[in-house]
Amino acid sequence: MKHSKRLIVTGAIAAVSALALAGCSSSGGSDDSTDSASGELTPVTLQLQWFAQAQFAGYYAALDQGYYKDEGLDVTILEGGADIVPQDVLSAGDADYAISWVPKVLGSIEQGAEITDVAQIFERSATTQISMKDKNITTAADLKGKKVGSWGYGNEWELFAGMQKAGVATDDISLVQQAFDMNGFLAGDIDAAQAMTYNEYAQVLEATNPATGKLFTPDDLNVIDWNKEGTAMLQDAIWADSAKLADDDAYADQTVKFIKASIKGWIYAKDNPEKAAAIVTAAGSTLGESHQLWMTNEVNKLIWPSTSGGIGMIDEDAWKQTVDIAMGTKNETGATVISAEPPASAHTNEYVEKALAELKDEGVDTEGADFTPIDVTLKAGGE
Amino acid sequence: MTRTGSPLGRRVLLGVLGVVVLAAIWELYKALGPATGVVIGDLTVLPRTSDLAMPHVWDMVARLFRPVRSAGDDEMMWQAVLQASFFSLGVAAVGWFVGVVVGMVLAIFMQRFRTAESALLPWIVLSQTVPLIAIAPLVKRWGSQIEIGSFSWENWMSVALIASYLAFFPVSIGALRGLGSPDVNHVELMRTYSVGWWATLVRLRLPASVPYLLPALRLAAANAVIGTVVAEVSIGLRGGIGRMIVEYAAAAGGDPAKPWAPIFGAVLVGLLAAGVVALIGLALARYRRGETPA
Repeated sequence: MKHSKRLIVTGAIAAVSALALAGCSSSGGSDDSTDSASGELTPVTLQLQWFAQAQFAGYYAALDQGYYKDEGLDVTILEGGADIVPQDVLSAGDADYAISWVPKVLGSIEQGAEITDVAQIFERSATTQISMKDKNITTAADLKGKKVGSWGYGNEWELFAGMQKAGVATDDISLVQQAFDMNGFLAGDIDAAQAMTYNEYAQVLEATNPATGKLFTPDDLNVIDWNKEGTAMLQDAIWADSAKLADDDAYADQTVKFIKASIKGWIYAKDNPEKAAAIVTAAGSTLGESHQLWMTNEVNKLIWPSTSGGIGMIDEDAWKQTVDIAMGTKNETGATVISAEPPASAHTNEYVEKALAELKDEGVDTEGADFTPIDVTLKAGGE
Repeated sequence: MTRTGSPLGRRVLLGVLGVVVLAAIWELYKALGPATGVVIGDLTVLPRTSDLAMPHVWDMVARLFRPVRSAGDDEMMWQAVLQASFFSLGVAAVGWFVGVVVGMVLAIFMQRFRTAESALLPWIVLSQTVPLIAIAPLVKRWGSQIEIGSFSWENWMSVALIASYLAFFPVSIGALRGLGSPDVNHVELMRTYSVGWWATLVRLRLPASVPYLLPALRLAAANAVIGTVVAEVSIGLRGGIGRMIVEYAAAAGGDPAKPWAPIFGAVLVGLLAAGVVALIGLALARYRRGETPA
């Protein structure tokens, strides 16, 4: 019982210090806050899809750099977990905004969740299917007869859409359930493994190639990029509560501010990838230094340069492609993500347009046409 | 209870020997086992012997004495693991305690009222068939809505609650059997003394339930630890061993020894939890010696 007592004491100390800190920040906040009408910050919570990592660098950067505070928002970032569904947390009213992939949310919307994509942060898809060079798998058609890895749980639709497009039936492959790590792929249990450019692809490049005794290099791998195959789906977007957007002017207003500050965070991550990676690590991510930087850089590539009219703007063609794939692609059990078109309330550019207009007035470049990614050298184990 | 315990020194030695033997088996299989693992049909029954799947014991131990991340000024791996282990142990202890209390109360209630037993027991059994991944997000969500005065529900409490949900079950079942275990003639003796229900419970039933209760407490401790680790992953609670396991799994390809460090931590948590229950057993064993002549 010693520990429980200690925990209670720790909890009490944490509660007291949180109160003290809250007191400090609200009294000190009025000094540097531009929103000094009242000096009070509006509490806002953001639900992520996973633990703190550079995939969410922009939000952590916006928090660290005080961009949210500049807009009068006191943002709390809630980390995800294996069984936390961000859109459920949002529609239950336990968070004000959530980050999630569009196809995953489309299913929830069809089940009755009333939420809206208010800013499409990632313009490009990061999902790929990677394989060793000697397997000669360069297109979706080559997957036929191979052991194909997938995480499932809504991460498989671009793969199935690509296969469907190439005329490969789900019976033509043997589908292998993939774990959190890439050991199945490295051991040869999986011929073509699902990999996010910013995470699992790097995990492979951080492992030793038994043939050479050195780390794997991009030359050792073939990558099927769903952006090039034409079956990419929209990924990380900021979701908001549809009903509150319609009825609650304060919430609609706050949404513009939240998007604006988040965009500034992502611009910071574009211009300062090393610092952004360090911010995420300081926020509690335990990823290795080179892996974190790699992730920041790869995520930047998904956003910049923005071709949809500024970061966050939802490209109607990309949205339509995502919806079409969600309606027309069958998985191994014959199910589709959704059976009918989502309601018009599922996405809007109304708020991001306002946020972008304000940023343009401030002379901020929201398209990043001159963006050049940095070169990141991965070390063993991502360290 | 006439078990003659071996001297402490010898038992510690045997314990260490067990670990050494396990390490030797690991290395022996790694050296002699087939590289592709033992496969029966399509089913792999024993793992591959590669450094990726089975790092050398000394590599795993050496990893503990290197910083978590070589760059920067991170603490040693063993420190980080120890810290996470104690965090998880603390949460599991809260869950275990709540589970034991609830389990005991339920058992006493069911023992007292036969109708309560018929009404409650099926539900208690049923409660354990609900998968953890279904209740974990629910508990977190409900918890986040609790706010009483300055008290607000924190995520670690959700994890402790889930641990207690798994821990109460063996206690309630074990205690129920234990409470009903006294001989009829003992119960009737109490009745002839016209002793009330409460005194019968304290003097006769509770002491008689100890042999049933101890294994139940041990099971509850194991359940609480597993519940804690799984729930930590499930709702993403920071600071404990469960999340560490998932986070370090990402390094499995490039730094195969790293994911094993938190697994050692989980073993440590389990051992400590079992140790605490063993201490309770010692305390109760003394008490039981006074009872056994009867």
